[in-house]
Amino acid sequence: MVEPDYLKFDTLSLHAGQEPDPTTGSRGVPIYQTTSYSFVDTEQAAGLFNLEQPGHIYSRISNPTVAVLEERLAALEGGVGAVCTASGMAAFHLACATIMSAGNHVVASRNIYGGSHNMLNLTMPRFGINTTFVDPRDPDAWRAAITDDTRVLFAETLGNPGIEVLNVPVIAEIAHEHGLPLMLDATFTTPYLMKPIELGADIVMHSVTKFLGGHGIALGGVVVDGGRFDWAASDKFPTLSEPYDGYHGISFAEEYGHQALSMRARAEGLRDFGAAMSPANAFHLLQGVETLPLRMRRHVENTTAVIEFLEENEAVSWVSHPSVSSHPDHELAKELLPKGAGAILSFGITGGREAGRRFIENVQLASHVANVGDAKTLVIHPASTTHQQLSAEDLAAAGVGEDLIRLSVGLEDPEDIINDLARALRASQKG
Amino acid sequence: MDLEFQGTTVNFATGGVEIDHSQPPVLMVHGAGMDRTVWSQQTRYLAHHGFSAMAVDLPGHGDSSGELLSTVDEMADWLAGLIRALDLGPVRLVGHSMGCLIALETAARHGDVTERLVLMGAAAAMPVHPDLLGAAKRNEILAPQLMTAWAHGTRAHIAGNPTPGLWMRSGCQALLERAADGVIYNDLFACSSYEAGDIAGQVKCPITVIVGSEDKMTPPKATAQLVAGFSEVELLHLEGIGHMMMLEAPDQIREMMLKALQ
Repeated sequence: MVEPDYLKFDTLSLHAGQEPDPTTGSRGVPIYQTTSYSFVDTEQAAGLFNLEQPGHIYSRISNPTVAVLEERLAALEGGVGAVCTASGMAAFHLACATIMSAGNHVVASRNIYGGSHNMLNLTMPRFGINTTFVDPRDPDAWRAAITDDTRVLFAETLGNPGIEVLNVPVIAEIAHEHGLPLMLDATFTTPYLMKPIELGADIVMHSVTKFLGGHGIALGGVVVDGGRFDWAASDKFPTLSEPYDGYHGISFAEEYGHQALSMRARAEGLRDFGAAMSPANAFHLLQGVETLPLRMRRHVENTTAVIEFLEENEAVSWVSHPSVSSHPDHELAKELLPKGAGAILSFGITGGREAGRRFIENVQLASHVANVGDAKTLVIHPASTTHQQLSAEDLAAAGVGEDLIRLSVGLEDPEDIINDLARALRASQKG
Repeated sequence: MDLEFQGTTVNFATGGVEIDHSQPPVLMVHGAGMDRTVWSQQTRYLAHHGFSAMAVDLPGHGDSSGELLSTVDEMADWLAGLIRALDLGPVRLVGHSMGCLIALETAARHGDVTERLVLMGAAAAMPVHPDLLGAAKRNEILAPQLMTAWAHGTRAHIAGNPTPGLWMRSGCQALLERAADGVIYNDLFACSSYEAGDIAGQVKCPITVIVGSEDKMTPPKATAQLVAGFSEVELLHLEGIGHMMMLEAPDQIREMMLKALQ
């Protein structure tokens, strides 16, 4: 039986979206540090503005350097297109604003990044979009929360901070049974560990700032369009299926079909909201994506070593990571994440809040920052930082205890990471 | 845009504008397992450059309802009936791949409805690899994957989409995955069963044929064999481009189409 001779993941990480610059021969991706692009003539300009032909107009809408990153991330995810944004939160907002309007409703996992929770819980209601939060492990809860106004189901591939593994095929099936798309934040897994579109997701978003960039020097986000959802199958998504006066009556679903979401998100969302990625950031993030498969393999190896250490340490009361056999999603992780369940874990420190504070203040190699997915090992105490806006009830519902330490395992020598953690754990118990 | 024809709904992309009967009509016909959106880089452009542009979904494809038509002859008869029912008059008929066979057969069987043909990815015979046909018959994802792999030139498998942010390979695969069960097999079987016969003797209108040098599905040699039979034919070459030339080289295709259609 013949097989498709597609370029493989590692190759696409290096090449997808870029050819040597036709003018200079530059092998590296040039940084097109420009706001605007000269038109050939008025007819070409009119054609670009009217979506009659593709090309660049103004860097808020598209930019050649950013376009390389967009094409590369779409290729790695198996999506039909991608739109990069100034940050992961901008990507989340762009996706929501492209498919929803006032009066619509979201069903979301309750175990998501605090920033995403805030946007859904506090900000979007001001614009008439409300959210019901559910236990991501409970399919019946997802079903029960769907209303006639629901327009999207949203979750993270790995929850935050409990590292819950989303059963993507099951939740996707629930979404599709109701004629709805499933949107996933896949920041923690990257396309190297999981390809959500192949599992049934319709929209994938990332904070590219994290593992995709890897170096922690540039912000960025992306919305990847899976291209399999039929936006015109019902009247639920008029922004995609109905004529749009913003481009002389174009219907994005009619003209672009499976690429309607990508086209509308750029043509309207970047044009009007303007949360564009800078070309310099796209360049930096591309350098990270080139080594994504190599780094993710090392992240997973180091995480395995760190977990083995933590499980034996007396100052650690529990370790939560899907690779640990006691984790509720251990079997599911083996099925959906055969290359590893990522490099972010949480553990409980004996002695609660005070011991946690002493631990954080005594790590020397690991960095105390509000970030994950860096090449360097990072630690944080969510109850006092990323999730501090949440009420006590929401904290409990999100599974954030006072003793919880979140660790993003980096690429240092695993022995050095473990020595640093051991030293800080000893110090944490000397209160 | 939806229109009723023979009790079914026929869907078109028209570039976001109404059909204008005062403009010369251009009717674009997609290939096997695909739909109107393969012309997304041309429809809106033509609609704003002096033509009434219509990219049609064949029955059972895209957003058109109706039963699948199982032979190229049936598809050609259906298309001619549609052109007459819409009172479009003789049209400029543009085809891609299987759409080329339909266009040729329409011109041969219904010369009164065709004024000119523009063909992309054309050959007189379109044999289909048995593994592909088998995968399509079983509705396996391997069928869209093989078609996507073979339908693009080397460059398109790496980069080069002029539309910022779009990834060509997945675009093609997703389009084919959206086809209902049985559609791809129906079309591939229709292509593999088609016998052109004396098509060159029956087509009376002028023809423009565009061929990609890296087309693996209708290779340049097969296109040359088709072209050799016609007297009034223009053959245009695209270097480094595969079978999905409308999306791989949209700027060049728009330019070639505009010239040929005028």
